[in-house]
Amino acid sequence: MASAEEVAKEAERRDIRDRWLLSAPALIIIFLAATGPLLIVVIYSFLTPGPYGGVVWKFSTDGWLSVLMQRDIFDDTLAFADAHLSIFWRSISLSFYTTVLTLFFGFPTAYFIATRPPKTREVWVFLVTIPFWTNLLIRTFAMQQVIRNEGLVNTALMALGIIKQPLQIMNTDAAILLGMIYIYLPLMVLPIYASMEKLDFRLVEAGYDLYAGRWQVLRRIIFPLIKPGVIAGSILVFIPSLGAYVIPRVLGGGKNMMLGNLIELQFGAGRNWPLGAAISITLMVLVMIALLFYVRNASGSEGAHG
Amino acid sequence: MPEQPGRSAIDVRGVRKVFGTGESQVAALDTVSVSIRENEFFTLLGPSGCGKTTLLRLIAGFDFPSAGEILLHGQDIASLPPFKRPVNTVFQSYALFPHMTVAENIGFGLEMLGKPKAEIKARVAEMLKLVKMEALSGRRTSQISGGQQQRVALARALAPQPKVLLLDEPLSALDYKLRKEMQIELKRLQHETGITFIFVTHDQEEALTMSDRIAVMSSGKILQVGTPWDIYDKPAERFVADFIGESNFLTAAIADIGNGKARATLKSGATIEATVAEGFQPKDNATVVVRPEHAKLTSGKGDLSGTVENIVYFGTDTHIHVRLDSSEAFTVRQQNTRSAGCGFERGDKVGISIGNDAAQVLRD
Amino acid sequence: MAKRPFDIQAQPGFGFMALLTFFALYLPIAALVTYSFNTADSLSRWDGVSLRWFISAWHNSAVQDASVRSLVLAVSAAALSTIAATMAALATTRTRPYPGLTFKYAFINQPLMVPEIVTGVALLIVFSRIKVWTGYSGLGYLIAAHTAFCIPFAYLPIRARLDSMDLTLERAAADLYATPWKAFRFVTLPLLRPAIIAGFMLAFVISLDDVVITEFVKSGGQDTLPTYMLGQLRRETSPEINAIATVFLALSVVLVTAFYFVNRRKP
Repeated sequence: MASAEEVAKEAERRDIRDRWLLSAPALIIIFLAATGPLLIVVIYSFLTPGPYGGVVWKFSTDGWLSVLMQRDIFDDTLAFADAHLSIFWRSISLSFYTTVLTLFFGFPTAYFIATRPPKTREVWVFLVTIPFWTNLLIRTFAMQQVIRNEGLVNTALMALGIIKQPLQIMNTDAAILLGMIYIYLPLMVLPIYASMEKLDFRLVEAGYDLYAGRWQVLRRIIFPLIKPGVIAGSILVFIPSLGAYVIPRVLGGGKNMMLGNLIELQFGAGRNWPLGAAISITLMVLVMIALLFYVRNASGSEGAHG
Repeated sequence: MPEQPGRSAIDVRGVRKVFGTGESQVAALDTVSVSIRENEFFTLLGPSGCGKTTLLRLIAGFDFPSAGEILLHGQDIASLPPFKRPVNTVFQSYALFPHMTVAENIGFGLEMLGKPKAEIKARVAEMLKLVKMEALSGRRTSQISGGQQQRVALARALAPQPKVLLLDEPLSALDYKLRKEMQIELKRLQHETGITFIFVTHDQEEALTMSDRIAVMSSGKILQVGTPWDIYDKPAERFVADFIGESNFLTAAIADIGNGKARATLKSGATIEATVAEGFQPKDNATVVVRPEHAKLTSGKGDLSGTVENIVYFGTDTHIHVRLDSSEAFTVRQQNTRSAGCGFERGDKVGISIGNDAAQVLRD
Repeated sequence: MAKRPFDIQAQPGFGFMALLTFFALYLPIAALVTYSFNTADSLSRWDGVSLRWFISAWHNSAVQDASVRSLVLAVSAAALSTIAATMAALATTRTRPYPGLTFKYAFINQPLMVPEIVTGVALLIVFSRIKVWTGYSGLGYLIAAHTAFCIPFAYLPIRARLDSMDLTLERAAADLYATPWKAFRFVTLPLLRPAIIAGFMLAFVISLDDVVITEFVKSGGQDTLPTYMLGQLRRETSPEINAIATVFLALSVVLVTAFYFVNRRKP
């Protein structure tokens, strides 16, 4: 008979093997319908565009060059592609403003919820959760109802006689910004609330006891303690903003494109799949940078408290 | 005297258990051997981290030993999974299934063994009666008190009629009064069922009052196995004497060993008779242990002399802390009477006399 | 008049900001729902309340097709992803770290890290090739794509539940003669059930809501409700879209409420 130690070792080997078998379906599905295709995008970014979309299997770095540059048709010199640069800039700046403004509204909201009595607190959280789980397209569409020319805002302002002509908000950067703030606000409120809920208000009492005023308590005690929630919320808002596609398409009209729309354009009317692939990878890299920033800051702030 | 193999329920032979690998290896059990007899209430006693729970888990089958054998009625079970061992456990946290009723919990083991429904029903009823829980059989386990959960856990582990019942600090979550009640209850159950109980605790009082025999453990080793009386009155090592009850340790020169007795010359110059283990060789600086209640304080001369440093009142008795002239510390416990105080005050010069048979020479 | 006692938790203006935020969260939804009851032909007029556009949407065969397709897709993807996620959660919790464990975490959560538009074009590239090679252009591609991005969502509550369950109860079952399979069947699975239901519902909602990936993966004539709506938004919108959106919204609210109660019930 095998010794107990051999039996134990065999059991552990079998356990690890079983754990691989158990996780295999999930890993295989994700590989086939998510990760694997991403690797093929990398390959496509180095090929030559086909005349009617698709690719020709010939190596080329033109796709990557075209991300930021354009080749002059007459003298073959390279110059920055202003159209692409402005789209990059719009994506990054709108995502940044969205993050700052959702924080501006989200922080007091999370604070408000966290300071309600436990019973009503659940109701407030629930009220934030409902929009969070509502279809993004429907919420974008709902925003359109408010800001379009015959929409709620313009109708109200005209009825009150404040304006004569409807404000053109639709199809501007402002419309995209409003839409993104509206849609991603719950993603800011929920993680901040999660940190705030754990906040021990005896620390706030201690702050007041040591002569801090309301602002000082907020800045020196509450804010540092819930910083992990603020960072998590900011990253949860910034990353999907960067990759936004539906919101700029519906609210921004055809002209005010963000990176997502630029990518789609290359796979559709633009018929430049390698360029589309290269922009996709660029977008992914931007997201990874944001995530790395988060990982470094999140672990750093935990270390400070531990 | 060697153990007779037929009479022991569990034989632990040279069992080692090592956790971790390479540099960070820790031996939770360091070559432990012990025999646990049939129908015995056997206690593994020691501080947390001493290896008592590890040993219990090895017997239950939740872990496998790194070396050695574990025999159940002479058969090695060390490599069997828990569901193939006729051994059941009462868990420290009770581990009652929250999605089942009291009765379903108790019947679970029998159900898994594939017993017929009628038999399970009868046995569950019997168990409910044994632990006096008939009225609550249909309740969810979350709807009953801690003491009641304890009884269900016991009934559940006893229902399949295991050869050995393992109890992992089962009383630690209960409050003082309930714990006292359950101690008596456990003794009764062990007596009525005739099953071997292996009980793990860090509470020395619990161990002394409940056990037939106790194994005192420390740092992965068993230091001493014996009856409660043996363990308390004849501690073999300093750790045992220190862990169980209170002790005074004195340095002494040991001579004239014979018949289990020796002459111990203390630092004060006084010579007392002390119990000594077989095979102990005479030496100059051995340690002698004296229990505080086995010494007597006098205002005159005794075997030792010193100054009263502190007097602590405990209700039933009073502890008088004395600084000996040899600068060693010594505590005397004195029974309280209605009439007066202890009769001494801080700063008094006192003598201490040590009774016959009160001192014990410790193994190094 | 007595002075109000000092409130430790108060911060000036925060209450106002919060209420403003809640108002802003629900104003657009209210507008959307209100317009869905509009009798007029266009969104620019208000002709009074009626169910006209709900009835019209109900009889619209394109909407019917898209709704059925959305439901079939969401149920299949939620079922498949919940099964795969439950198995994966069992494989990645309650263990000492073993080689490959971190890799598994990263891999399972990978769909969350990549912008949908990127996954969308990646799948477009691969699936369009496969469609050419195999000639098959059915719902299978959408089911595969949805299952993949639903797995991390279904995984979330199941893993959280397993992390909060130590192995004591399974040990107790093994101690009471339950084989590993029986211990799973009679102890682990019943205790895990609320989390599995929660995971299924999350996956269902996520699949039902998806626009971007579906838009890139679908073959011709394979509109789901969201992609149908996106297509309609390009044109001059009629209140029919509002009616569809309102029903969709109601469904989401019901699902979220149900999810909330399933998740809150502690076993």
